[in-house]
Amino acid sequence: MTEQIMTMNKDIEARFTGMISLDERSGYEGYRVEAENLVEFATALRDEFGYDFLSSATGVDYLPDEKMEVVYHIYKSTGGRALVFKVQVPRANPVVPSLVSIFPGADFQEREAWDLFGIRFEGHPNHKRILMWDGFAGHPMRKDWKEAYYEADAKPFDTRWPGGDVSRSEDKMVFNKNVAYPQDFTPENWTPEGETALYSGMQNIATDEDLQTEHVVVNLGPQHPSTHGVFRMVATLDGETIVKLEPVMGYLHRNHEKIGERNTYLMNIPFTDRLDYLSSMSNNFGYVLAVEKLLGDTTHIPDRAKYIRVIMAEFTRISNHLMAIGALLNDLGAYFTPMLYALKERELILDIFEAVSGSRMMCNYYRFGGVARDLPPGTHEMMRGLAFERLPRQIDELDRYLTENEIIRARCEGVGVLTPEEAIAYSAVGPVLRASGVPYDVRRADPYSVYDRFDFDVAVRYHGDVYDRYLVRLDEIRQSIRILQQALNSIPECDNCLGKPRYSMRVPAGEAYGRVEGPKGELGFYVVADGGPNPWRYHVRAPSFINLTALSKMCEGDKIADAIIVLGSIDIVLGETDR
Amino acid sequence: MYGKGILKGLGVTWKHFWDTYIDDIKWGKKRYHTEEGIAYRMSKDARGLFTVQYPEEKLPTPEEFRFVPFLVYDEDEEGEQVIRCTSCGICAKVCPPHCIWIERSTNPKTGRPVPVPAEFYIDVDICMNCGFCAEFCPFDAIKMDHDYELAVYERLTNNIYDREKLLKPAAYYDGIRPLNSQKEFDARAEKEAKKAASKKKT
Repeated sequence: MTEQIMTMNKDIEARFTGMISLDERSGYEGYRVEAENLVEFATALRDEFGYDFLSSATGVDYLPDEKMEVVYHIYKSTGGRALVFKVQVPRANPVVPSLVSIFPGADFQEREAWDLFGIRFEGHPNHKRILMWDGFAGHPMRKDWKEAYYEADAKPFDTRWPGGDVSRSEDKMVFNKNVAYPQDFTPENWTPEGETALYSGMQNIATDEDLQTEHVVVNLGPQHPSTHGVFRMVATLDGETIVKLEPVMGYLHRNHEKIGERNTYLMNIPFTDRLDYLSSMSNNFGYVLAVEKLLGDTTHIPDRAKYIRVIMAEFTRISNHLMAIGALLNDLGAYFTPMLYALKERELILDIFEAVSGSRMMCNYYRFGGVARDLPPGTHEMMRGLAFERLPRQIDELDRYLTENEIIRARCEGVGVLTPEEAIAYSAVGPVLRASGVPYDVRRADPYSVYDRFDFDVAVRYHGDVYDRYLVRLDEIRQSIRILQQALNSIPECDNCLGKPRYSMRVPAGEAYGRVEGPKGELGFYVVADGGPNPWRYHVRAPSFINLTALSKMCEGDKIADAIIVLGSIDIVLGETDR
Repeated sequence: MYGKGILKGLGVTWKHFWDTYIDDIKWGKKRYHTEEGIAYRMSKDARGLFTVQYPEEKLPTPEEFRFVPFLVYDEDEEGEQVIRCTSCGICAKVCPPHCIWIERSTNPKTGRPVPVPAEFYIDVDICMNCGFCAEFCPFDAIKMDHDYELAVYERLTNNIYDREKLLKPAAYYDGIRPLNSQKEFDARAEKEAKKAASKKKT
């Protein structure tokens, strides 16, 4: 396998002699490409070498070198390891050619890099802010940008000990009592530029002049129960049919990544819980994998800890999919009966999480080199009871209850279709990708932890519609139960072998991209270390966020009422989308 | 037959509906407001209605459950409080939202630090209940509580806990986390035995 990669890489190097160079910084991997060669390089990678799946594109601010870097992680949709390439541009005027024309999946990611880093992407069709609001000054992920309650660049802050200068951050906030607007600015008369651009863009679609019909722009959300949080969809309608739809997000943006750079490595673990708050164990998993990659071989993970990690991640997948199915049925109008049947099983899984980790949702259970603590007495039996008896029975019941229901089929079949080619191009991941007939699962394509020891199938369906996404989730629950049964039967016993986790460790300089197959799809963490106690860059490749890139494509041509269930079938969590 | 799927689904709902009644009859009054009733509704064999009537009924908290830290103190022979905390500051340094402030006390004569916290504040508004402070405390001095009913009317005046409010006796800790406290007690005893043994040698 590694040999294959080596020859492959040689081919690439031979093909692009003079255009690319190896990234030779210590701890870094991949190639460096000049900005003017980027489009040619990416096109050839896709068309000649089969790297067709752009997983992650993000910026890094190297302030000391006065450089901005854009990092791309690209995969083959048939599996295998990543190819990493980077473009460095001067920090004063960062301009990079856009890759949206080759990989439409780069759309939101490039907009995010523009929004947070101020890197301009030339040729981007919709080049505007995505997470921050219009009129926001500056680009918050730049290293010299400071947030409102700014205290110091890195934790631990020294006001906490030994002085103990207790204070509320709110009291120190300069804008606490009287917000001052800039001169000649009245909030009542201010129309945000981006809003105007958004609406005029939505209305600016050619209408049929013979019939003299008119398009209507409809705003769904941000406060709407069917949007699963504060999320907004702006749709242009022709009658009831969607002509164009654009998602608007960022209402829950809290600059998670900036917080992550202020934190030490350890402190980030509980913060990852708050990304996709329905599957916190999986988030922990991805983050610790990334940091363990940076730590290298020095971290010895006991087998028992690896098994516990897999068991928890699979329980998380089941509970997340139950929630997704329940919420989808809510979106369909089957109010709360299916939801509650699903929640009932989820409660039992959360009971296990609570007993093991101490919290039902914000689990904070994984540590670098293992897990926080061994399974408390009694939990193994609880898990066996669920995995061997209750869940198989109840999932069959859920299947009997919903799958053949004629109303569900009528509403879901053929709605929100995404073809396999589109799904790959839009960098869709997880159940959305697999429902489109692409059997891509990180657990199988690029195995991590001990997933290679278990026997399971990659759930795949071929129609790419809402109904298949529902079925894929149901299949995945069954496969997860299979993994759980094997893991619970073969989990190694040991006394106190998990060791005691450490709170401080030296992370060598370098970069790492850790990814797991989270319940919503490929969840990646890109971490750059500079050798200090805090990460230099901490980026989350959020599946909920990137799956939304394809939302517009899925909704076009469908009815407005179907947009709700298409959104429900992607299964987003706004904590992760907006970060 | 068209509509068969719907009928099948309605059959499932119908079964769920009856399960609750059958269980109610089977269990009599014991299904609600009793410990075994709640345990049954939390178990893998539970059928029918599974909701818990909070606050009349409460789910039992497992040992590892964590909510807002407290400080543990022992009592010596005279009943005086002996605070375990040595104000080493590890909890304040690992706390992700940085909600712990510790003021170290110094001996007024020598100016040297004394291993007792002069003040200890936790802003429970900011605390994210991650449990790192308890996990990494080398003296078993700060632990996570089981009391989750902390709602107050006055957030601004009530939610910065000081040392007095945070201190709880070791007996309380042993009560909520019997297994952990036993484990820690054994570890401490072992350490002391080792210390004594090495002293004897020299």
